[in-house]
Amino acid sequence: MIHHKGKIALMLLLPTFAYLIVFIFYPLVDTCLLAFSNPAGPLENFRRIITSGEFWKTLRNTLVITGIVVPLQLILGLALALFVNLRFKGYLFILYIIAIPLALSDVSAALMSYSIFASTGFLNKLLMAWGWIERPLYFFGFRFQDRAFWVIVITEVWRATPLVFIILLAGLQAVNKEYLEAANVFGFSPWQKLWKIVLPILRPSILSALLIRTIFAFQVFGVIWILAGRDIPVLAGEAYYWQTVVYNSNISSAYGLIIAVVTILISWAYITFLKPKSFEEEAV
Amino acid sequence: MMKKTLIFILCLLIVLWFCGPVLLILIAALTPSAEYYDLARLVPTKLTLTHLESLFVRLKATLISIQTALLSIVISFAIGLPAAYVLTRYVFKGKNLFRLTILLTRSFPVIIIGVPLVTLYLRIGIADSVLGVSLAHSSMILPFIIIISSSILGGISVEYEEAGMVFGLTRFRSFLRITLPLALPGFAAAAIYAFVLSWNEVFISAIINLTNRTLPAHILNTAMTSPDYFKFAAGTVMALPAMIFIFFTRKYLMSMWGISLK
Repeated sequence: MIHHKGKIALMLLLPTFAYLIVFIFYPLVDTCLLAFSNPAGPLENFRRIITSGEFWKTLRNTLVITGIVVPLQLILGLALALFVNLRFKGYLFILYIIAIPLALSDVSAALMSYSIFASTGFLNKLLMAWGWIERPLYFFGFRFQDRAFWVIVITEVWRATPLVFIILLAGLQAVNKEYLEAANVFGFSPWQKLWKIVLPILRPSILSALLIRTIFAFQVFGVIWILAGRDIPVLAGEAYYWQTVVYNSNISSAYGLIIAVVTILISWAYITFLKPKSFEEEAV
Repeated sequence: MMKKTLIFILCLLIVLWFCGPVLLILIAALTPSAEYYDLARLVPTKLTLTHLESLFVRLKATLISIQTALLSIVISFAIGLPAAYVLTRYVFKGKNLFRLTILLTRSFPVIIIGVPLVTLYLRIGIADSVLGVSLAHSSMILPFIIIISSSILGGISVEYEEAGMVFGLTRFRSFLRITLPLALPGFAAAAIYAFVLSWNEVFISAIINLTNRTLPAHILNTAMTSPDYFKFAAGTVMALPAMIFIFFTRKYLMSMWGISLK
C-alpha cells in the first residue's frame, strides 16, 4: 500500500520535475555554455565585456541605483508600516491604497512617471500655470540623463516601497503588545521602544525585504529602458540590447550570467553574514 | 485633536502619493491629443475614449498579452496543482528537499532563461508564438502556484476527502467533488495573481517574440517612437489587471505575501 502511494506521489510530481528541468535547468546550463563559448577562447566574451568601458558604467549604474533605491524603500516602507500599524480609524483603507502599486508592472509605472515628467506632462503644465517657469523643463533625452536618473529613482521607490511595507507590516503583527506595555512600565520613550523592541523583533522581516528588493534591483530593466533607453545602461538592459539589437547571444548570456552570479552572491551574503538571530538571542 | 489632525494629513499625503500617478495617467489617456500637447491647458476641457479604444480594438499586442496570461495560468495550474496536492497529502522521502527546490526557484533570476529558449523554440518549431512565451512565463509562475496552492490545500482537512472515499469515490473524484470546491476561492486569487505576473513580465516576452509581442514588450520596443497618448493609453490598460487584483484580494494581501515570502 505504502509503495503504491509512493508511485502515485511520484507520478504527480513528475510534471513539475520535467518542467523545472526543461525551463530552468536546461536554460541555465545553456546560458553558461553560450557565455563561455567563443572561437578566441572561453573567457573571450567576458574579456570583451570588461574591456569595453561600457561595462563599468553599467555596473556602476546598477550598483548606484540599488544603493539609493533599496535603503529609501526600506525607510519609507518601515515608516508606512509603523504608521498603518497604529490602527487608527480607516487604517484598512490606507493599507489598500498603499497596496496599489504592488501588482503594477514596471513598464506601466514608468509610463505613469512619464505622464507626469514628460515635456508636456502634468508637472510642466502645473509649474507653467503657476508661473514658476516660462518654458517646459526637460527630464528625458540624451542631454538630461541626470534628471532622468532621479525620475527613475522616484519611480522605483514609488513602485516597490509597497512590497517592503507589506512584508514589514506582516512582521509587525509578531510584536506582542505586552512587550510594549512592559516598556511603558519601565518608562521607555517611543524612540527607545522602536530601537530596543520593535526593530529587533522585525529583523527577519527587514532582512527578507532587503534581500528580495536587492535581488530585484539588480535586475532592474523595464523602468529604465522606457524612461532612458540605453542612455543609462544597466546590466539587464545590456543583456537585452546585445540579444535583440546586436543579435549576439553569447555576450547577452554573459551579462545574464553576471546577473545570476551577483544574485547568488547577494543571497549568500545576506544569509550567512546577517543570519536572522532568534528573538531570545536578541532580547538578552 | 492634534494627533487626529496629524494622522489625517499623513493619510491625505499617502493617498495623493499612491493614487496620484494612477489617476494622472488615466486622465492623460483620456485627454484629446491636441489638448495634451497644449502646454497652457492643465485640465482638459473634454475627455475622449479614442486612445483607449484604438489600443483595445486595433492593437494585436493587447490580445496576445491576454492569451499569453490565460495560457500561462492553465499550464502552471495543470502542472503545479498535482505537485501542491502531493505536498499536502503525502509523506515521502525528499519532501523537504522538493519544497526547498521550489522556494529557491522562486528567487532564480528568470531573465536568464530567455536567450536559450529562443534557440530551443526555433528547433521545436514554436518560435515567436504565444505558446512559447506562456511556457517561459509558467516557469516563473509555477513555484508561486505550488507554494500558494499547497498552503490553500493544507488549510482544508483531509478528512472530508477521506469521507468521500469511504462513500466509494476514487481519490481523484473525491478531490474534484469535495476539496476543489472548498479551495476554489483561494485558487481564483492565485489565478489572478498568475495572470498579473504573466501580464507584467516584459524581459522574456521581448526577447522571445519578435512579431507576436505582448503589450509591455510592444511598448518597450516602440517607446521611443510612438506618440505620447499611445503610451498613456497602454500604461492605463496595463494597470487594469493590477487594480482588479488588488481589489479582489485586498483582504488576503498580508497572508498572501506572508506565504510567498517565507
